[in-house]
Amino acid sequence: MKLSIQVNEGPYNHEASVTALNYTKAALEAGHEIFRVFFYHDGVNNGTRYTTPPQDDMHIANSWSELADKHGLDLVVCVAAAQRRGIVDEGEQERNGKDGNNIAPGFRISGLGQLIEAGIQSERLVVFGD
Amino acid sequence: MSETKQFMYVNRKAPYGTIYAWESLEVVLIGAAFEQDVRLAFVDDGVYQLCKGQDTTGLGIKNFSATYKALGDYDVNKIYIEKESLDARGLTLDDLMPLVYEDENDDWAEKDSIKVVSSQEMAELFEQSDVLFNF
Repeated sequence: MKLSIQVNEGPYNHEASVTALNYTKAALEAGHEIFRVFFYHDGVNNGTRYTTPPQDDMHIANSWSELADKHGLDLVVCVAAAQRRGIVDEGEQERNGKDGNNIAPGFRISGLGQLIEAGIQSERLVVFGD
Repeated sequence: MSETKQFMYVNRKAPYGTIYAWESLEVVLIGAAFEQDVRLAFVDDGVYQLCKGQDTTGLGIKNFSATYKALGDYDVNKIYIEKESLDARGLTLDDLMPLVYEDENDDWAEKDSIKVVSSQEMAELFEQSDVLFNF
């Protein structure tokens, strides 16, 4: 089945992003196709490479990046939500005159149209959040 | 991408206190350009999103309630409010902003977008939808 995932909560504060990560892994292992993972609301905070959790804790951002690398996942961070919360890629850095960027490998910043398209193109859109 | 799906946006949270309501509305406005069959549901504290006379001066954050009135211009005119959620909060339709649209198939007559439905009817609407966004 062709699935898309929406992640609405940030890492650590809320279990939703880890549940989404585990669900995505399980779906891929079961042979399903993941059309896109879309990060919205505080979920955009999953996409910064600047997170440095303690070594005995799970590294959620890296886990997403590794999964994306392994399976060619399309990890999309909502641009409007990202701008509010300081998630920046090279393009946004240039556009908004920031002194750096923090997007994690495998993630890209794009518009809400990507979420709507995911809803149209996928057989199921699975939403993780409160 | 000619397929039309039925999109249901479920709004469950109060307009202020968290950003879910406002960012949900942003999805609805962007999504309106995709010419899908769009419906909005307001349940639980989500019914507060449509209350009249919202004033955020004391909060110091943006009052976005006027944006709901523009939904009709975006062809978003199927808005369902759960009766049980209104009742539980002591609200009636009179407490809510009137939301209207102009019906192009009826000489642009102004019509109400809001329909109050029971939780049973709401469940049926959810069941009929292809894509359900929970906010």
